[in-house]
Parts: sequence; C-alpha cells; structure tokens
Amino acid sequence: MASPDAARSDADRFDASHTDQPLILFPAPQIFSSITTRRVMGTVIAALVPSLVAAIAFFGTDALLVVAVAVASSVLFEYLWCRLRKLPNTIGDLSAVVTGMLIAFNVPATLPPYMVVVGSFVAIVLVKELFGGIGHNFANPAIVARIVLSVSFPVAMTTYSAPNVVLSGVDAVSSATPLAPLAPSLAPVELLLGSHMGVLGETSALAIVAGLAILLVTRTITWHVPVTYIGAVFAFSLLAGRDPIAQILSGGLLLGAVFMATDYTTSPVTARGKVVFALGLAVITCLIRFWGNMNEGVAYSILLMNLLVPYIDAHMADVPIGVGREKRRWVPLSRSGQKGDGADA
Amino acid sequence: MLGQLEHRIRSLFRPRKLRGADIPHDKVTADQATTYMPLPDVVVLPMQQHIGAKCQPQVAKGDHVDVGTLVGHAEARTAADIFSSVSGTVTEIRKIFYSNGDTDVAVVVEPDGAQALDEGVKTPVITDYQSLLDAMKRSGIVGLGGAGFPTDLKLDVDFANIDYWLVNAAECEPYISSDYREMMEHPDTIMHGLTTCLDLSGVKRALLCIEEDKTEAIAFMRAHVEKDPRVKVEVLPERYPQGAGHVLVHNATGRHIPRGGHVTDAGVVLFNVTTMSMIGKFLQDGIPLTKRRITVMGDAVAHPQNVEVFIGTPIRKIMEFCGLAKDARKIIVGGPMMGYSQIDWDYPIVRQNNGLLVFSEMGMDKPRTTACIRCGACINSCPMKLYPREIQNAYRRGDAAALDRLAADLCMKCGTCSYVCPAKQPLTQATRLACDQVKAARKAAKRAAQRKGA
Repeated sequence: MASPDAARSDADRFDASHTDQPLILFPAPQIFSSITTRRVMGTVIAALVPSLVAAIAFFGTDALLVVAVAVASSVLFEYLWCRLRKLPNTIGDLSAVVTGMLIAFNVPATLPPYMVVVGSFVAIVLVKELFGGIGHNFANPAIVARIVLSVSFPVAMTTYSAPNVVLSGVDAVSSATPLAPLAPSLAPVELLLGSHMGVLGETSALAIVAGLAILLVTRTITWHVPVTYIGAVFAFSLLAGRDPIAQILSGGLLLGAVFMATDYTTSPVTARGKVVFALGLAVITCLIRFWGNMNEGVAYSILLMNLLVPYIDAHMADVPIGVGREKRRWVPLSRSGQKGDGADA
Repeated sequence: MLGQLEHRIRSLFRPRKLRGADIPHDKVTADQATTYMPLPDVVVLPMQQHIGAKCQPQVAKGDHVDVGTLVGHAEARTAADIFSSVSGTVTEIRKIFYSNGDTDVAVVVEPDGAQALDEGVKTPVITDYQSLLDAMKRSGIVGLGGAGFPTDLKLDVDFANIDYWLVNAAECEPYISSDYREMMEHPDTIMHGLTTCLDLSGVKRALLCIEEDKTEAIAFMRAHVEKDPRVKVEVLPERYPQGAGHVLVHNATGRHIPRGGHVTDAGVVLFNVTTMSMIGKFLQDGIPLTKRRITVMGDAVAHPQNVEVFIGTPIRKIMEFCGLAKDARKIIVGGPMMGYSQIDWDYPIVRQNNGLLVFSEMGMDKPRTTACIRCGACINSCPMKLYPREIQNAYRRGDAAALDRLAADLCMKCGTCSYVCPAKQPLTQATRLACDQVKAARKAAKRAAQRKGA
C-alpha cells in the first residue's frame, strides 16, 4: 500500500480561502483547442508571406505599395461597414487582411492605387459583408475583385512591369502573361522562381509551394483541393497535347489552387466534395485556357465552382455511422438555415 | 483461439478507423502509484449513482450501518442498489442538489472507524451464468468509466449472437489515468473477472482495447493475457474519443451499432476495464463496491494523484487530502471533455466518477463565440460523421424533421465538435439537446406504431 504521507504532510497547503470564490458552471466540453478564427487567418497570412517576399524581390516597392493599399482599404471597408451597420467589429479576426493580401496578389504591381481600392470595395462590401460577413460569402471575395477589375480596367490589369531580376535574355517588358499565345517561351526555372511577368502573387511557384507546405503542416487545409486541382490540370494538359509543366507553373493556377480554391467558406466540407470541386476547377480552367478566348481561366473556374459548392456539399455528404444503407441519398445540407449564427462577439 | 485468428484476419480488411480529434492527453498522474485516502469524517450517499431510476433510502436517521449494508434500493428494473461504503451511524437523510438543477435524496453516514462488514456480505458461490447475474445484484457495481449503467443489467443479455467481449481500457479523456492505474496495479482481478465471465457466458473471445500511447499498459497487459488464448490486447489509435462505445466497437471489430440500436446489435458486449476488475474483486470477496480510484488533477491541485476514495467522500475532503494551491474557480467531475462542472464543495464523489479536476481561473472562462466560417472542422472530426453545424441550425429553427434527417440521435455527446471549432460555437450543447429530442420523438413514434399494430 503506497504511503499517503507525502501528500498528507502537505495537507496544510489546503487553504480554505481557496474555496471562497463562486464556482463556474459550464456544460461539457470544458476544454477547447487553441485554434480560433484569428489563428487560422494568422496562419494563412504566414503562408502568404513567402509570396509577398518574392513579389517585393521581383517587383520592388510597387508591389509593397499595392499590398499596403489593398490590406489597408480592405480592413477599413470592413471596419466602416461594421460601424455603419452597428455590428460588432470583426476586423480582429484578420480575415480582411487575408482578403486584402489576396487582392494585391491578383493584380499587377503597376495597378494604380485607386483601382486597388475599387477591388477591395468589391471584395469586402459587395461580396462579403452584403451577404452577411465572414462565413456567408457565396464566392471568394478576392476572386470576384480580380474578375471585376480585369473586366473594368482591362489594360491596367494586363500591364505587367518587368521583374527586377531577369534570368534569361528574353526581353520580357512588352510581353503579356506567359500563357498568351505570342509570349516567348520561358525556362521552367524562371517560372519556378517567379522572375517573369504576371500579377504579384502568382509568378513565384516556389514561394506558393512554401505557403502550401505551411498550410498543410499546420493542418489549416487538407491536400484534397490543391493536389487534385493541380494534378488534374497536369493530366488534362498532357491529353490536350500542351506542355503540362508550363501550364502548372504559369498563370494563376498555383495561387488559385493553394490560396483561393481552399477558402473554407466557398469550398465543400467533405473530402469527397473537395475532390469533385477540384476536378470541376481543373476542367473549367483547361477549357478556358485551351479553347476559350482568354489566356487565363483560374479566376472564372473558381467563381463558377464556388457557386456549385452548396450542391456539391449536399450530394457528396458523409453518411453517419450506423445510418448505413437505410439512406441511399443522404442530403443533409441546406443553406436556408444560415441565419442566426449565435455570434455574441 | 480460432476466434482470435478470425479476428486477426478480419482486421486486415477492416474499414478505416473513425475520426476524432487530437487532444493533448496530459496524463501526468499516470506513473504515480495509487494513494489511499483515510476514512473521511462523513460520507454522503446520493440515491442516484447510476443511470436509471432513483433509489429509495432503506435506512432511517440514527440507524447503524456496516460496510456493505443496503442503504438504497429501487423497484424499477434499471437501477443499481446502493450499499454503505463505511460502518457508522446514519446522521441525516437530506436533500441535495445536482449542478443541473435536479434534486435528490442522500443518506449521510458518520463513520465509526471500525469498518465492520455487514452480515449479509459473503463470497458469492458461482455455478452458472444465472448465479453470476444474481450475485451481481448484490455488488453495487455500475459502469465505472463514467456512464454508470448498472452492470448486472448489462450482463443480462442473450449471448446467442455475441462473439466479442470488449473491455474498454482506452481511457481517451485527457488528464484521467484511473483505468490505466487499474491495469498496472490489478491485472489479476481484471483477468479473474474477465475469464469468469467468458467461462460462464460462453463468449469465445475478448479484446482488451487500449490506446496506442499507453505502451507500458499494452506490454504489461499482453504479458497477463497470455495465459488465456481467448483474450487479446487490441491497440487503438491515439485519438479522442476512442473510449466512446460506437467508436470502440467500430475500431476494434469493424462493426457498427445500427442507429437506434444497442451495443449488442453489433454482436458485442462492452465493459470498462475497472468495472471488469471490480467484478473480479467482488467474485473473490463478495464486498460490494465501496471504494474507487479517481484521478485528482488540475492547475489548482497541489498534489495531482490517483487516489482511492470511499464512495460518498465529499469533494472538500478529497481536496483537503490532495491540497489546493490556488483559488478554485471550476470543479469538473469526470474528464474535461464529457465531465460536468460541479458548484458544490460538499457534493460527494459517487461510484461512476473517475476524475476530479480543479482549475483556477486560468483558461477556464467561457470562450468567445464568433461567426461560423464553414471550415468543416466539426464535420470532419465527428466520429459519427454527423453534421454538428447543421444540427445546431436545425435545432435553433425548431426543425424536427431536419434533426431526424440529420440523425442527431446518433450523437454520443463526446464534445469533439465544440473542442475543435475555431469559432467556439456551442455545437455539442446544441447537438446534445437535439439528440435527446430526436431520441424521444423516435421512441414516441415507435410506441405509436406498436399501438396501431396491436
């Protein structure tokens, strides 16, 4: 029998005054993971930092200015919206910072700041807040901002500045995105590093892959969307007789697959749903790129698939354990009941 | 032997283990030997220390009771008799309050220190399964992992379709290590209880299910089960909630309990490891359950430890024994995931409690709830593959049809969804309420259908 003396000699450490405070009554569970919305967004920001560094390295202070304007205006729009609508201030969850950075990553470094502000307005006010704020947007805000900007300001949105560091001898100043039909072919190493024309965040494949690693290691996202999307584009390119490496490394594919298509709110919840969603993205992207009259199809494919997410969620749902075969068609999800989140923030 | 071989072959083609959450275990008390708390100056025996009907006091104020004297009994089938854990005098029969607002009657006994055994206590003579069942009615043993289901009722099943006797030693709750200590200290009574039950029931194989992080217990118990070829140790993944009935049955045997069904519908019976050990001990000496081991932990506790206490010892007495280093703000009885918070220092530890956690203010506030970001963490970690977020929505809009469609009644109330939610939405609370509602509705519908048919 173990001696209780060790504990009993310290019994005088039982101070009755320690029992004076009223005790908290709370239903189970009594503990919570330390992961909060703010921490999730913080992790995404950390994952965007490598691309930010690459953008500044290649496009200089222009890039920094665009990012600063986009982030500041996104946060400001969210703050103003909350103030005007007398809602709890939600800028603390950092999601507006993520949106701002993604908007900046989707525009060229030479874009005039007022156009960046227009993009932030579209993303934060029109796409996010009008539909109910975080968790309620029907599409990825930054993607819609990119589409609205490229439709509204087609020239400014395709005027890419030359990277500061040019590895090959190709004169890249006048060229468009590497996906354009007349663009000079670039060496894969340039596409990998990012010293070529393009919007801020999409040029450096290596930086995006580093961001992907951060997101996967921290379990912020699962592999399903980025791996399926990129893998399917690779396969479809091979089938269509295009250079698969170039298709993957150029344009917005990596940026879209890693940071935009993995947005929680606008992607399916189950693993099966994510795979279906990513396959749809790949099909639309390749159709636009190979046979459409645009060079770039990632943004439109993400927007279109965003709209299908409720249907994918409903039909690719997991069947609960024990329900078994009694329910062949398990359709548990409806988007009708999304009001009243119970947010007491 | 053949049963175990078949089990091994089948495990090669087993469906994937159920989901869950990685929750830090923090079982700091696991390696300390159990300490034994001296007799307290009062024990409080509530009349409900089990799932089922409340017992009625069988003693009056001023009566003398001995260890093992019947103090509470209920006529209802689902109930377990309550026996005195000490010898002494009944000083009071008083009302006590549960923290959920419910009230109960408790028999208060002042121990005399003699710990004399009641005359009725004698080693049970077991000849067949029926005699085991009859003996267990005198044991006062309930599910000691926390559920508190009367063990004699749980043993009373038709064994025709049962081919697994599962022993739940997963102990997946953080902090709690009382089952672990039971394995390390009393492997022989566990095996005695288990082999007796296997002999009498005719079940051909048993699995002792342990989470993979408890490597010492796995090796130790493997050495002890070697004697009996019917018994094997099954290693479960280290993932909360391995110890929940549905999860354990699925991960150990690959079967699942059908919706609305009972664990026996999967061809298994499932007992907690400490319960098995107490059955073994009761069969040896016939003394009803009077003591149990609880894990005392938390940042306010001066000496976290596994301590064996007399059933009915008030929380205050246990904390006097273990020491209280900080201002206590929250007392949790049971584990942190499924235990309830207790607001009365004089409330006793009852027989199904396996832990007592006392925390100071730090980290114990109500978390701030923010808007759902549809990350799917609740859905992708629910072991039952439920949709907690959708259940919460349906519950709030009062949509009974949707709750039934969402199978809210399958919820095990394990707390995983609330734990993982980055927005800290009260998902478990909503799902628990929805679960009870759907269960009641399905029961009523079944009864109505039966009436129509009759």
